[in-house]
Amino acid sequence: MATQTGTHTELDLPQAMLETATAVSEWNLILPVVIALMAGALLAMIRHSRGSQFGFSVLAVLVILVIEIDLFWQVLETGPVVMTMGNWLPPFGISFAADIMSASFALAASFVTLIVLVYFQAEIVPREVRHGFYPLVMLLLAGVTGAFLTGDLFNLYVWFEVMLISSFGLLIIGGRKVQLDGAVKYGFLNFLATTFFLVGLGYMYGLTGTLNMADIALLAPSAPVAPMTAVAAIFLLAFSMKAAAFPVNAWLPASYHTPDAAVSALFGGLLTKVGVYVLLRIMIALMPASRELFDPILTTIAVITLITAPMGAIAQTNLRRAIGFLVIGGIGAVFAGMAIASLRSVAGATFYAFHSMLTMTALYLVAGLIERVTQAKDTKQMGGIYAANSPISIMFLILVFAAAGLPPFLGFWPKLLITHGAIAQADWLLVFAVLFNSLLTSIAGTRLWAHIFWRPGREGAHSEIPNDHLRKLNPTESRMALGSTMVLVGVIVVLGLWPNLLFESAGMAAGQLLQPQLYIEAFGLQGFSPDILSTGGAS
Amino acid sequence: MKTLIFRTIAPALTAIMVVFSIFVLLRGHNEPGGGFIGGLIAASAIAIYGIAAGVANVRKALYFDPISLAGFGVFIAGFSGLLSLGQSVPFLTGLWASMQLGQAEITVSTPMMFDIGVYFAVVGTISAVALALEEEDDGGSK
Repeated sequence: MATQTGTHTELDLPQAMLETATAVSEWNLILPVVIALMAGALLAMIRHSRGSQFGFSVLAVLVILVIEIDLFWQVLETGPVVMTMGNWLPPFGISFAADIMSASFALAASFVTLIVLVYFQAEIVPREVRHGFYPLVMLLLAGVTGAFLTGDLFNLYVWFEVMLISSFGLLIIGGRKVQLDGAVKYGFLNFLATTFFLVGLGYMYGLTGTLNMADIALLAPSAPVAPMTAVAAIFLLAFSMKAAAFPVNAWLPASYHTPDAAVSALFGGLLTKVGVYVLLRIMIALMPASRELFDPILTTIAVITLITAPMGAIAQTNLRRAIGFLVIGGIGAVFAGMAIASLRSVAGATFYAFHSMLTMTALYLVAGLIERVTQAKDTKQMGGIYAANSPISIMFLILVFAAAGLPPFLGFWPKLLITHGAIAQADWLLVFAVLFNSLLTSIAGTRLWAHIFWRPGREGAHSEIPNDHLRKLNPTESRMALGSTMVLVGVIVVLGLWPNLLFESAGMAAGQLLQPQLYIEAFGLQGFSPDILSTGGAS
Repeated sequence: MKTLIFRTIAPALTAIMVVFSIFVLLRGHNEPGGGFIGGLIAASAIAIYGIAAGVANVRKALYFDPISLAGFGVFIAGFSGLLSLGQSVPFLTGLWASMQLGQAEITVSTPMMFDIGVYFAVVGTISAVALALEEEDDGGSK
C-alpha cells in the first residue's frame, strides 16, 4: 500500500485518504495487538469463571505467536510493512509499522508471555485469578506489542500507558506489604518518565508538526538544531528511566523482586526492553544528528551502567534483586552499541536486547524455582541444591554464562558484535567496559552459583551440614514450572549454538535503522515534501 | 445519605441522566458529545444512585459487574475495527450501512459501534472506581 493516486486534485485539495486496497495478509501487523486487547477484555468479563481463563489466554497467545512468526518472515523477505488505520494518509493517520527489529522483539515478547503463563500454573493462587491476573497479562502483552509495532510517537505513548497500568496491577496483585513498597517506587519513577516523554512529544509536535516516525525521520534534518537536541535530550532521559540505565535505575532493583517470580520474569524480560527499543528507534533512526551530539553522554552512561550493575549484583544477597542488577547490566551493553552506532554495533545492540528478553526471563523463572526448592529468598538461607535438583543448577549456570556473554551461549554473539564495532572505531574505553562487564557478571553469577548450589548447607555454622530446609517440587511444579523453564532454556541454548538466523536478521535490522529509507518508503512518504504542511491545506 | 429529599429524587435523576447519556452518545457522531462524555454522565448517574441507595443496591441493579461492562466496551470497540477485515481496507476503517424505516433513514456504522464501546468502557471503569470509593464510605461494608 505504498502508492497513492491523486483523484482529489480536481478539488484542489491535498489528498487525505489512501486509496489502495489492503490485503487480508497485511493484517498480521495489527492482529497481534487487537487479539491481545480483545482477549484481555474478554478475560476481564469472565474473570469469575476460573477454569476457562488459563486455556483461553494460552490459546490467544498461541494465535498471536503464529501471526507474529508470519509477520517476521514477511518482514525478513519483503522489508518493512506499514498499515495506516482507517486509510487516512500517513502523517495524519495513525500508522502501525514493522521492520525486522520490531517484528523480532514482538515475537520474543509473545513467546516469553506464553512460557510465563504456563509457569504461573505452579504458583497460582485463586485470589490472584479473581483479581484479574490473566486479563492484566494480556493487556501487558497488548501494550508491549503495540509499543513495538506502532509507527507513531503519540500512539507509542498510549501503549506505554497501557503497559504501565497493567504492570501496576500485576505488581501489587498479591497484596503483600513489600509489593506495595516496590510499586510506589516503580510507579512514581515511571510516571515521571512518562511525563517527560509527553513533554518531549509536545515540543516535537511544535517543532516538526508531526508525530509519525517516518515523517519525523524526514523532517528532523531540516528542523532547528538546538530545540531538536533539547527534545532528543528529554527523550533520552525519559527512556533511560524506562530502560533502567544509570543513574536513573534505582526503581528496578527496588521493585522487580517483590511480586511472584513469574511476574518478575515477565517484567524483567519485557518492560525495560521496550525502553531500549524506543531509544534505538529514536536515537539511531529518527534523530541521528542529535545522537552524534550525545555521543559522550551515551558512552558515559554505557560505561557506568556496564560496570556498576554487576557490582550491584555481587553485593546482593537477595537472589531476585541480584538478577535485577544483571538486567541493568544488559541495558549498558545496548547503550554501548548505541554510542558506537556503526552497522555492527547497532546489530549487536538489537541482538543483545533480543537475547536479554529471553535470558532475563529465564533467569527469573529459575530463581523462582530455586526459591520454591529452598523456601527462602535470600542466598544466605540457600545451599545444597546441586545434589537435590541438578536440572535447576545446570539451567542456572547456562543462563549466567549467557548473561555474562561466554561462548557458545546466546549472550556471546551480540557482545562480540558490539566489541568488534568498538575496536573498529578504536573506542578502547567501551571495549574495556564491555569486557570488564562480562568478567564482573561471571563473578556475580558464579558467586551466586557457589552459594546456592555448591555449598552443602546454609551460610554460617550450618554451611557444612546438608540443608534441611530443602523440599522436592510437587508434580504440578515440575510439570508446569520446571517444564516451561526447560523449554525456554532449550531455545536459548539452540539459538546460541546456531545463531546464523539471528546474526543475519540483526544485521538487516541495523541496516534498516541506520538507513531508514525503506522504512520511510513503506509509509508511502518518500518524496512527501515538508511545504505541503506549511501551506496548511492538509487538515 | 439519609436526607429524604435526596433519596426520593435520586432514582428519577438517575433514570433521566442515563437516558440523557445515551442521547449524548448517539448525538456525538456529528455534534459535540460521544461515547466518552456519555459514559461519564452515565457513570455519575450510577454514582448518585450509589450515594442515595447504597452500593449493594446499585450492584444488584446493575446486574453486571462494572469491570465486566468495561471489558465488554473494549471488546466491542476492538470488534468494530475487525469488521473491516475482508473488505480490503485497513483496521478501524469506517464502514456504513443505511436502511429505510418508514420516512426516516437510519444509518449504522462501525464508528458508532466503536463509540458505544468507549461508552461502556468509561461507564464500567468510572463506576467501578466510584462504587469502590463509596463502599469505603460505608465503613468497608463488604
